[in-house]
Amino acid sequence: MSSSAVAPFVAPDAIGDLAAATASDSALRRFLHGLPGVDQVGAEARAAGLATRSIKKDAKRWALDMIVAMTDLTTLEGADTPGKVRAMSAKAVQPEPGDPTCPSVAAVCVYPDLVAVAKRAVAGSSVAVASVATAFPSGRASLEVKLADVASAVDAGADEVDMVIDRGAFLAGRYSVVLEEIRAVKQACGRAHLKVILETGELATLDNVRRASWLAMAGGADFIKTSTGKAAQSATPPVTLVMLEAVRDFAEATGTVVGVKVAGGIRTSKEAVRYLVLVHETAGVEWLRPDRFRFGASSLLNDVLMQRAFQRTGRYHSADRVTLD
Amino acid sequence: MAVTTQVPDLVTPTWDYAPAPEARTLATIEASYDLFIGGDFVAPIDGRRFTTVDPSTGEPLAEVAEAGAADVDKAVRAARRAFIRWSKLPGAERGKYLFRIARLLQERSRELAVLESIDNGKPIRETRDVDLPLVAAHFFHHAGWADKLAWAGYGPDPQPLGVAGQIIPWNFPLLMLAWKIAPALACGNTVVLKPAETTPLTALAFADICRQAELPAGVVNIVTGAGETGRALVEHPGVDKVAFTGSTEVGRSIQRALAGTGKRLTLELGGKAANVIFDDAPVDQAIEGIVNGIFFNQGHVCCAGSRLLVQESVHDAVVARLKRRLRTLRLGDPLDKNTDIGAINSAEQLDRITALVDAGQAEGAVMWQPECRLPERGWWHAPTVFTGVAQSHRIAREEIFGPVVSVLTFRTPSEAVAKANNTPYGLSAGVWTEKGSRILWMAQRLRAGVVWANTFNRFDPASPFGGYKESGFGREGGRHGLAAYLRTGADA
Repeated sequence: MSSSAVAPFVAPDAIGDLAAATASDSALRRFLHGLPGVDQVGAEARAAGLATRSIKKDAKRWALDMIVAMTDLTTLEGADTPGKVRAMSAKAVQPEPGDPTCPSVAAVCVYPDLVAVAKRAVAGSSVAVASVATAFPSGRASLEVKLADVASAVDAGADEVDMVIDRGAFLAGRYSVVLEEIRAVKQACGRAHLKVILETGELATLDNVRRASWLAMAGGADFIKTSTGKAAQSATPPVTLVMLEAVRDFAEATGTVVGVKVAGGIRTSKEAVRYLVLVHETAGVEWLRPDRFRFGASSLLNDVLMQRAFQRTGRYHSADRVTLD
Repeated sequence: MAVTTQVPDLVTPTWDYAPAPEARTLATIEASYDLFIGGDFVAPIDGRRFTTVDPSTGEPLAEVAEAGAADVDKAVRAARRAFIRWSKLPGAERGKYLFRIARLLQERSRELAVLESIDNGKPIRETRDVDLPLVAAHFFHHAGWADKLAWAGYGPDPQPLGVAGQIIPWNFPLLMLAWKIAPALACGNTVVLKPAETTPLTALAFADICRQAELPAGVVNIVTGAGETGRALVEHPGVDKVAFTGSTEVGRSIQRALAGTGKRLTLELGGKAANVIFDDAPVDQAIEGIVNGIFFNQGHVCCAGSRLLVQESVHDAVVARLKRRLRTLRLGDPLDKNTDIGAINSAEQLDRITALVDAGQAEGAVMWQPECRLPERGWWHAPTVFTGVAQSHRIAREEIFGPVVSVLTFRTPSEAVAKANNTPYGLSAGVWTEKGSRILWMAQRLRAGVVWANTFNRFDPASPFGGYKESGFGREGGRHGLAAYLRTGADA
């Protein structure tokens, strides 16, 4: 058992002893189903309550810069080309031309075949290159193919790998299959950071989100991520709330810190600031750093830059003054 | 718009929310207020006035008329006169007035929320998001009943009672007004309402809304004042029904005064609700429920979950999580949109809370408060948790009516029920478990007017609210609430 200040709520000692909890299929099932339930109505009410926080002035300026620094600027289209990736990478390094006070984004996120292009484009900057892998977005391929996908990204120099879990196996209750796959991918990542995408829109219930979060963390995730952005429902505040509770509880139980990435459908500064409030008042201010919380987004950045300029000049620019990439 | 070139520090782990105050100027506060009698604002006959203050600063806000017995008499007579026509109006016509009032309340809700926060000390987040939406909802709900009373289950032709004398407390000034006035008017009664002496301003703003809605003169009368005014209203022979929300002590004296008079009475009194946390509770939501149960409205809630009954096997985990959560509560300026805990309504109430907190420590319970700076002016009390509380401690038996929760433990469901019911009160209770059958088992055995399952302090005009035992009798809201304002069956 860990000696953390906040004792875990779940009965099994397994929280402090993940090895035992994940030793067999039945132990893993018992452990995941022994996690405290999530009352959906209550979780939604809490998320909605935190959304009423009013973030103004210095607090807002801080938030907008932090959102930029936490952004994984993303392009995941069939039509992606080296030119598109280079343009986006330039934007990632210097989001606001002519304003050196504007931070770079955290990373650019691309498909494995464009990692090398992205890597060259951000060379010499603080911007990392993240690559989706493991038969993104559906994850419907053999483990062999998934690991090859990961290897191609890592070999091309990816600093971070965003894998998808096998939702089919998860929903069928084959938790060990999911866990082993995460472990295998983690190993294939080598020094690259692993973000595990739960695709919460397909898991449907918040109980499942909590279980999948613990499963991913037990498998060695450095980050747990809400969604691919390709499913009907992407990141939502209640889902993020539950994931933030999971990383908070996991850190208290094991001492291992895991980050959270929200992805898909976050387009406005206002929404993004609300996510920061969720982080602040759930996991705590220690999670308000780019290595512990990320936004996976493409169009969000320009809205943040517009708001950022407004905070500095008192005027909104024309949309023509923010770059389209 | 402040223009700055300062670069935010993204490295130091701190994020302070900048002040986000709602504009105080949204509410207009007059220097002096008269009584609202017969559709007009009239000066009190003997000219006496008292001061209402801003509890967050102690600064005076306005002078308010103190109604004497003669003023109360005038108000009751105005209500009697108005009753003759009002009670004969078709229900649909009464409904129109109520709908109009409901819409005006919505239109003026920002102003009323600010005014309520200033006069009461409760955070603007609560007045804006809870009080005002519920106030309008109560008028809309009862507006809908006005022409359907014959189908409410009280016989084909239920009749109004006459003049209702209504006395409301300071914890939800406008919401309690709505709970009282909306059903009374819908059922064809006229009212004389006395708001609490520390929070009269929103009731007087409501008087203005009655005029705006062109409600016939005398249907609603507002007499401000303290205990003496209330006594004059209760004892007035022209009053047919008394509705009181407040302390059990005052409720008792009212019931004594009314004995043998034939006046109808409903009482909504104190409480010492048990919030029961089982070991299979959805723990993160249960923590929110505990916070919402006892720290909502600074604990100035008669149905507050002031006794936290936790299954012993999870006691430490729950208390640790609760403490962690309480560290994030923001106490301060009630008008700041990010404030969670506002001011205590009066010096008198703060003294009462402090006395019981002292008693808790003296009796051996362990007190804990999060680190929290209290403003220098005004009346404030930090959120407080007592652990190691026994059933015999005063803090487990007496209503504190402040942000103080007493944590007790139980071992089995039967023991939880026995302890929960072991109180002279019986207003509300909460049950937290993922097991549906246990919720039903508990709800059948808890002697409380409201049992919340996996939630707490949720209100809806369609749901009847009221107590068992020393928490009073009669229901407000829902179909049941109409019975308090109707002569039914053989009486009709």
